[in-house]
Amino acid sequence: MIEGLIQNILNALQWGSFYSLIALGYCLVYGVLLLINFAHGDVFMVGAYIAFFISVFFLKNMGMPGWAVLALAVPLTMMLTAGVGVTLERLAYRPLRNKGVHRLYVVITALMCGLILEYGNLAILGASRKNFPTLLPTVVYEVGGVTFTNLKIAVIVIAILVFLFLEKIVSKTMIGMAMRALSYDRFAIPLMGIPQNTIIVFTFVLGSGFAGLAGFMFAMSYPVLDPFMGALVGWKAFIAAVVGGIGSIRGAFAGGFILGFVEIMVVAVFPSSFRDLIAFSILLIILSIKPTGLFGVARHQKI
Amino acid sequence: MQRFTVPLLLIAALVCLAWLSQTGVINLYWQSVFMYMGINIILATSLNLVNGNMGEFSCGHAGFMAVGAYVSSLLTVMVLTDDKAMGFALLPPSWSLAFFPISLLLGGLAAAVVGMLVAIPSFKTRGDYLAIITIAASFIVKSTIENINAIGGARGFMGMSNVTKAMSQTIDLPWMLIWVFAGTVFTIWCLRRFLSSTYGKGINAICQDEIAAEIMSVNTNKMKLIAFMLSSGLAGIAGGLFAHAIGYVNPGSFTIMKSTEVLVMVYLGGMGSISGATIAAVVFTLLMEGLRFVFPALNSALHWAHLIPDSYQVSQVWKWVMIPLMLFLLMHIRPEGIMGNRELSNVFPRLKKFYSFK
Amino acid sequence: MALLEVKNLTQHFGGLCAVSEFNATIEPNELVGLIGPNGAGKTTIFNIVSGFYQPTRGEIVFNGRKTVGLKPHKVTGLGVARTFQNIRLWHDMSVLDNIRVAQHYHLGYSLLDCILRTARYERRTREIDALAYEILDALELRQYAEELPKNLPYGIRRRVEIARALSIKPALLLLDEPAAGLNTADLDGLISLIRWIYNEFKISIWMIEHQMQVVMSLCQRIQVIDFGTPIADGTPDQIQNNPLVIKAYLGDEEI
Repeated sequence: MIEGLIQNILNALQWGSFYSLIALGYCLVYGVLLLINFAHGDVFMVGAYIAFFISVFFLKNMGMPGWAVLALAVPLTMMLTAGVGVTLERLAYRPLRNKGVHRLYVVITALMCGLILEYGNLAILGASRKNFPTLLPTVVYEVGGVTFTNLKIAVIVIAILVFLFLEKIVSKTMIGMAMRALSYDRFAIPLMGIPQNTIIVFTFVLGSGFAGLAGFMFAMSYPVLDPFMGALVGWKAFIAAVVGGIGSIRGAFAGGFILGFVEIMVVAVFPSSFRDLIAFSILLIILSIKPTGLFGVARHQKI
Repeated sequence: MQRFTVPLLLIAALVCLAWLSQTGVINLYWQSVFMYMGINIILATSLNLVNGNMGEFSCGHAGFMAVGAYVSSLLTVMVLTDDKAMGFALLPPSWSLAFFPISLLLGGLAAAVVGMLVAIPSFKTRGDYLAIITIAASFIVKSTIENINAIGGARGFMGMSNVTKAMSQTIDLPWMLIWVFAGTVFTIWCLRRFLSSTYGKGINAICQDEIAAEIMSVNTNKMKLIAFMLSSGLAGIAGGLFAHAIGYVNPGSFTIMKSTEVLVMVYLGGMGSISGATIAAVVFTLLMEGLRFVFPALNSALHWAHLIPDSYQVSQVWKWVMIPLMLFLLMHIRPEGIMGNRELSNVFPRLKKFYSFK
Repeated sequence: MALLEVKNLTQHFGGLCAVSEFNATIEPNELVGLIGPNGAGKTTIFNIVSGFYQPTRGEIVFNGRKTVGLKPHKVTGLGVARTFQNIRLWHDMSVLDNIRVAQHYHLGYSLLDCILRTARYERRTREIDALAYEILDALELRQYAEELPKNLPYGIRRRVEIARALSIKPALLLLDEPAAGLNTADLDGLISLIRWIYNEFKISIWMIEHQMQVVMSLCQRIQVIDFGTPIADGTPDQIQNNPLVIKAYLGDEEI
């Protein structure tokens, strides 16, 4: 009985790690631009596909051993995915920002970018799913009736490390402070000698890079890829960020695990097709009662 | 005399359409195109009320459409037909003509109630958050439908064509075309009447300055409720018409892509402009039909020029890349759409002689 | 009975105390000024009276009714109208429409009436239009009826905003810095306008203002606040010579 519980907790932690990693990306961009980057989940999907193509290339075409592929492919995937995020920013968001259009238009653009990525993938690569190759042998540990794999542990550890890293950057470094300042007053920042676009690009590099990492690990854990994998995971991660408080890194991180727990518990009791339904219902409830999330801070409006 | 110009024109148009369809001059394909046009007009103008006039961002119109589609279809199939899953008919088929519009209105009512559930969170949240709420609501609707096996789950159900057949058997006319036409006129009439009154102008006031509106005696919560319920109710009617026009209904028709299509129409036409939304709906419908022929032609051309490998075929899936791309480009190039927020009568002032906007 | 009673009003925003133990009484047909240095909390008080903010503590009684907790549109419906520091007209609606929409509380017809264009709708629409034109005529704004506020000069916009507030037929009119942004020529016009409104409509006017010539020439009584608390209350002469007031505005005397 207790093993079942611990098993579920471990599954929830691992499942939640993905949500947390992606939620951090939403949080960073929102914290800086006050924009919900709806395309972020699909950047995660692109990351997973980039991971697939790179790994297959190194593994099959160059015949490298699994661990070497891992060592090379992970940073490469992160860099390329960061590139995708930055391109998105350059092409989609920056022109609108420079024109000073209503925020609504940027939000619509973000949504559309996500759809273009999804259906573009479907149109170019076709509907057949891709199978991610095995890079490292899975080692199964068993401790007192609870089974877990090395991969599961790695995912959880990496998520925690990424969180600590980001937390350090945002609260302790100069650029982190600049990121926070940007969200309060976008127009004052250049007047203070801070290059606005550099900070924004940096934010996207961080967020998308870690989405790429999440994509790689997700592909390793659940090796079947399809163009819509980012849509649902992205939305859940977004729900997680909102639940925790979308302006706050701690909130986003906690939210990921909370959602992970809720989903695992739900599936234990209800039929699994209810899982997504309940996740979205939670979103509606939180937004109705406390829109700023569990750890978020409300901003007052002066008239 | 001038007061009757527009109603007379409309009746003339309807009689024309009906007669040409009946005699086969307008074949079944084009009849369906006209029906899609009408349905799209209803969807676009109803969403325009919330997204255009009120300046909110509702992204879940497909969900309300789904509610209306399912409720009206269930009603007609259960009540008017003998169906394996839905049971025996409760009323004879000759009643279809009378019962069908009732089922449409009930579908709209159900959709309006769901709209109310989305409106309530909108009292406190705005902008991006409302977008999320509407997308979540639309997803919940779709997901709920998929989980109810009694109504077909993810596969949906059929049987509406029996209802439309019964209508034609009672009086021999292209009934779905007529109903869609009537629904479109009804929608535009309702919205026009509402928005040109001082009551409806409260919605514009909320869009331009919500705080001032609230302090200047506009009950903003009530107005938001009305706007959402009217908008979703009309979308529900569109859904009912849609289900009966194609003869079957399943949740896969009501995804975020469908909501995106309606968004494209609204922003293409110009926020807050009924004539804009109508024109955009017509243009969009024709564009989508046109793509049916453009893509195969493009495919052949690209293969002939050896620009793409033989194994790759340009398929209709690209349509679903084009639709969000259209909205993306609109946002960047002309976010105010074709009409800005002017109506046709602002662009062609002499039209004002024919029908007053007050 | 006093028209408006504000008792022990306190407003905290997070850690910041914007208003602290503020008391005020406005009698019917009184012209009262509320002055104080920038950031003293004056607009916050107006926002609370309008119903836009819920005070941390305190009570507001208007015409014998407690208004704390009522939504702003209800407070306005009871008879409190206001203008704003930064003019908040609806810029893409005509001046006439701006006034019509302000009648929402007393519209008198339902959605169904509106769609079916019933007799009740037609009648109320005629009455509201008549009211709107009456107000525009009274304030000499008739020629701007179909104009959009964004195309009008600042001084005219200010008058339109006042017209909109008056159209609600309030018992209490809150004016938040009505002279802000006006040049000297417009200032005289504003002073005579407010005096005319006061004499013609016999309402109470509560005014926040920085321009001393406006305050001193119009107000029968002036209340001064600083850092959210009242520091003086009296006639214009008394206020001008009050050392606390002078200190608040100019700082300590230095020799």
